[in-house]
Amino acid sequence: MASEDLPSEFDVVILGTGLAESVVAAACARVGQRVLHLDRKSYYAGSWASFTFNGLLSWIQEHTAGSQPETEELHDWSNLLEDGEEMICLSNTNSAPFSNVQVYCYTSEKDEEEEDEARSPEALNTTEEEGGRGGGDEDGVTEPAESHTAELKEEEEEEGGERRQEGAADAQEEEREEEQEEEQVEAFPSRPQVSWGDRGPHQLQKTCGLNILHCPITQAIQTEGEGPEPESGQPRPSAAPSQSEPVKKKISYAQLLKEGRRFNIDLVSKLMYSRGSLVDLLIKSNVSRYAEFKNVTRILTYRHGNVEQVPCSRADVFASRQLSVVEKRKLMRFLTSCLEETQEEQAFAGRPYLEFLRDQQLGDNLQHFLLHSIAMATEDTPTEEGLASTRHFLRCLGRYGNTPFLFPLYGLGEIPQCFCRMCAVFGGIYCLRHSVHSLLVHKDTNRCKAVIDSRGQRISCSHVVVEDGYVEAARKPTATPTRFLSRAVLITDGSVLSSESDQQVSLVTVPPSEAGGPSVRLVELCPSTMTCMPGTYLVHLTCQSVSSAYQDLSPVVTRMFRTPESHDQEGRPSVLWCLYFNMADGSAVEVEGHDLPSNVYVCSGPDGGLGHQHAIGQAEAIFHKILPEDEFCPPAPNPEDIIYDGETCTSPLGEEGEERGEEEGEGEGEGAGEEEGEGEGGEKEEKEQEEEEEEEEERDGEVQEKQSLKSEE
Amino acid sequence: QHGRVKIKSTAQQEEEKRKEREKKLKIYVAARDACFSKRREGVWDDEALQLTQQLLSSNPDFATLWNYRREILLHLETVREEDELQKIYEAELSFLESCLKMNPKSYGSWHHRGWVSARLPRPDWARELSLCDRCLSLDDRNFHCWDYRRMVVKMSGVPVDQELQFTDRLIGSNFSNYSSWHYRSTLLPLLHPESPEPPSPCQQLLKEYELVQNAFFTDPNDQSAWFYYRWLLGRAEREEMISCVYVSREEERVVVAFSRPVNVSAFTLIHIWNFVHFLTWTQICDLPPGTISDITNEHNLTVHWTEKHTHRDCALYTGRNESWCRDSATDQELFSELSVEKTSVLQSELQSCNQLQELEPLNKWCLLTIILLMRALDPLGYEKETLAHFQTLKEVDSMRSAYYSDLCSKFMIENTILKMEYAEVRVFSISDKKLTTLCHLDQLLLVTHINLSSNLLQRLPPQFAMLQCLEVLEADNNCIENLEGLYHLPKLEEVYLKNNKISKLADLQPLVSCPKLKHLDLRGNPITETTNIQSELAELLPSVTDLLKSLIH
Repeated sequence: MASEDLPSEFDVVILGTGLAESVVAAACARVGQRVLHLDRKSYYAGSWASFTFNGLLSWIQEHTAGSQPETEELHDWSNLLEDGEEMICLSNTNSAPFSNVQVYCYTSEKDEEEEDEARSPEALNTTEEEGGRGGGDEDGVTEPAESHTAELKEEEEEEGGERRQEGAADAQEEEREEEQEEEQVEAFPSRPQVSWGDRGPHQLQKTCGLNILHCPITQAIQTEGEGPEPESGQPRPSAAPSQSEPVKKKISYAQLLKEGRRFNIDLVSKLMYSRGSLVDLLIKSNVSRYAEFKNVTRILTYRHGNVEQVPCSRADVFASRQLSVVEKRKLMRFLTSCLEETQEEQAFAGRPYLEFLRDQQLGDNLQHFLLHSIAMATEDTPTEEGLASTRHFLRCLGRYGNTPFLFPLYGLGEIPQCFCRMCAVFGGIYCLRHSVHSLLVHKDTNRCKAVIDSRGQRISCSHVVVEDGYVEAARKPTATPTRFLSRAVLITDGSVLSSESDQQVSLVTVPPSEAGGPSVRLVELCPSTMTCMPGTYLVHLTCQSVSSAYQDLSPVVTRMFRTPESHDQEGRPSVLWCLYFNMADGSAVEVEGHDLPSNVYVCSGPDGGLGHQHAIGQAEAIFHKILPEDEFCPPAPNPEDIIYDGETCTSPLGEEGEERGEEEGEGEGEGAGEEEGEGEGGEKEEKEQEEEEEEEEERDGEVQEKQSLKSEE
Repeated sequence: QHGRVKIKSTAQQEEEKRKEREKKLKIYVAARDACFSKRREGVWDDEALQLTQQLLSSNPDFATLWNYRREILLHLETVREEDELQKIYEAELSFLESCLKMNPKSYGSWHHRGWVSARLPRPDWARELSLCDRCLSLDDRNFHCWDYRRMVVKMSGVPVDQELQFTDRLIGSNFSNYSSWHYRSTLLPLLHPESPEPPSPCQQLLKEYELVQNAFFTDPNDQSAWFYYRWLLGRAEREEMISCVYVSREEERVVVAFSRPVNVSAFTLIHIWNFVHFLTWTQICDLPPGTISDITNEHNLTVHWTEKHTHRDCALYTGRNESWCRDSATDQELFSELSVEKTSVLQSELQSCNQLQELEPLNKWCLLTIILLMRALDPLGYEKETLAHFQTLKEVDSMRSAYYSDLCSKFMIENTILKMEYAEVRVFSISDKKLTTLCHLDQLLLVTHINLSSNLLQRLPPQFAMLQCLEVLEADNNCIENLEGLYHLPKLEEVYLKNNKISKLADLQPLVSCPKLKHLDLRGNPITETTNIQSELAELLPSVTDLLKSLIH
């Protein structure tokens, strides 16, 4: 073991590999700090992670099985204390910010053709062999699903390919919530999962599978006959067969599993504003070279029961078929004029943006577009705020395409990993499945002098950065109730708005269906974003939680997609599989005022905003607290300008640097899908994107004017 | 111990770059010299191809080398098999592609590509089209590429409707693109040949109106769409024809006016024909003495324009001194730039432009288009609005106020001509209308009395000589400095030029050619200040009787 010991001294120890932590790590390493970056998970990016389909299934298992304390023996490492020090234990339970995890599968278990294959001994063998899996390892995850498909094939046939639903919820969370809110209990009348609490994880998986097939949820709801649940329109024996005969053959669950590695499903759903803080940082720091991006191609909105395209660039306005010419003029005029501050808007200071828009006499169409899709505001957002976000949106237009947004290929989970890579290149050391047991604090100065890692090694350090989840609840300042986000992830078989190209990346804004409700943000990703398998679309829904994710979002899903609950939704894309969960809203997490030493800094998890301002701002603030004198993420030198010490590698930076970092840490914990990413992505595109960014940078002034003139270069 | 990254200093980097540059330059110069000496020696071998390729790939604008390369290729054509040539030329094309990446606007590369494509034994036009598409997607205004593409389209015979779709696509991605709009205007007449230009109000035309309206409503300051719109609304140029024949017994002269400036080399007059004297718009033909001088005779004249196989008759009846035959200008078509066949279409276009103008009251393109539409629809009815719009135009676009003044003058003159025609008089009066220029003088062939007083005219242009019947010219209170148009006007008797800017005796020289001039009023002109002016004038224009009066203030 001695050989695997970490160095005993670092400048900065960072816990958690989420975006903010990773940016701090990269920034510190870049200016010469010795960085130790740890994550107790087996994957990078924590709550920001992207998973393959199978990886996500195991994540689901983890979060439905109840967050059990990691089976870590309780060590007493007080012998490592030095004089005048006291120990602050960090939270070793995975107090995950996720709750109400529910899964539904609406597609047939397997393809008819594939059934024989699935029945074949090899298939079973494989699953058996892998059965003994551990933790969040993605390969292991295929096991439960496949085994249940095999076991339950018979029943399946009887049901004639009828849809099933999977239901799962975090038992603990649920109990907590039941105490808190009666409403919630009503919302989840059928909770077969409640009884899962005392079963082992392996057993649980199988049970889960069985439960799904027996469809306990629908039955339960039927008996209760509860109104608000759209599920009451569940598949009735008579209706189901006809509904389940789509013209196009549906992709089966087995196929999803088989192609699981093609998915990169983000826990967080965000987009990158092309002039936002993240893009600026990626360019400034040269971290952009580690990733590739795709333009969001359309901004859509849901209105009067239809999905419509929101014209936001000049070319869109020109091409729009829904707008009259007069509306086109009014819209263009508003968009141009609102870039500059006017007297008029001051008169509306403090009054809702909606009133300001009404005053502009734009008409309902334009008002809707501007309020919900461009400003992404609600009816009571104040004018200043509404205009600020409208301006931000407009400034971002045309930099890379006809929408203001970019999306990273292979999912958002790539971004924290890119920063980690930068950190590793500059000597940062990475260990996954490795955490810090406690902080050692000098009583007089109230500064953390060292940490004891999960293996009992004392590592001295000058600064510690921790993700919120590593801090024991008792040390948090909050009496304030935490806000939550409601999330849904759907795998569908078609786009919400079909068009000439089937490779569209769309942002859909869904205004609240009733006043005061949450407005829902929907991001639809196509296979060319490398986040889903061909023939499918990956849809992320996000809103501020009012109640559980299912309650908040399933009405929207039912309205916009074809599910067993929806009626008359011919022509809408079908949901093959979906997941609902709630997660803590990072913007509601207090990062100051913890009962922690002065040199320990807390990062909140992901926030609910569309952009990345929150995390990047937090990272920059923390960096400046650690190193007030240094520059935040200065441009990384070109590989050819780096001089390597004799014994180390002579090859150019990139991979080599990464590997060094990895090897010294625990290499096996590769982030989800990272390897694939680089393999398939093709270097050429990467380069182009980079060049594009640089070029754009130079031409900044010119671009502003030409915004929408330029399509993707 | 973890290999802190060390970075080269700026000086180190600079030094490296400098060395790199020097090395490059040395190689380049050596290769260039080698090329030149080979060319001098008339060597056309593969090595020379290699060398030029090496040079051109780093500097594709080296025209001499492209020439040398073509010489080599021409030589190879004579010694190689076709298959081999195909390969050589294909390699040439891919080499050119890399040159275009280096500089997408290199004259040399594009020209050479065109040359190679034309010589390629088995050309792959699809590949060339896709190359153009790629280039245009990077820069939709790359005119080199547009040129080359036109060549490719022509050579490969891409169907017109497909090309129209191509412009649809480009305009869709960025409608601010003259090349695409213009290309469209050349394709549509090909696609709808039955209605030469513009296409008649069919579905296609309505679609075009919609398209272009979308463009100018989206961005009314983008002029490309407005130009296309004007083309779309416009009509064919007036046909060349004889618009008026005038016969004067007294002068024994036939005057022929044409609808457009023409270069007439052969036209015949039945009965008598004589020498040919060219003017742009009018043809004056003096008949031999005595041919029509007898007032008791009736004469039928026919003017034949052999070139256009057209003719015009004119009868000079007994007892009449003059006669004419003409098209009336009241036929509004004469003055409108836009077509009238589609009045209903124009009306609705005017409505949408008015709608836009309400939203953008200061948009010059919109104002100008409205003026043109109004003129096409009802020039006299809309006169007041037109003048108001011109006023706004001059204010919002002061850089071009002189242009608007001239245009406004033109329209005012047109309106006055129309009024005169309706009144069926031969008096043309347009005073106090801020005229800055004179035009349509060909329409005034028969006018005997013209009043241009109180305008802003600076000269009486040469075309003024078309006013063959003019007897009285009133042009007081202008800024006239120059009388070059008052030349050979056979019937001119009275000229009023009070308060103008005539300063030299030489400026009055043209008047000498007007045989009947009797009255000239020059009061308030600088010329009256000169000494001895009276005697000099009397000498210059002996026939003017009341000269004295004309000089007294």
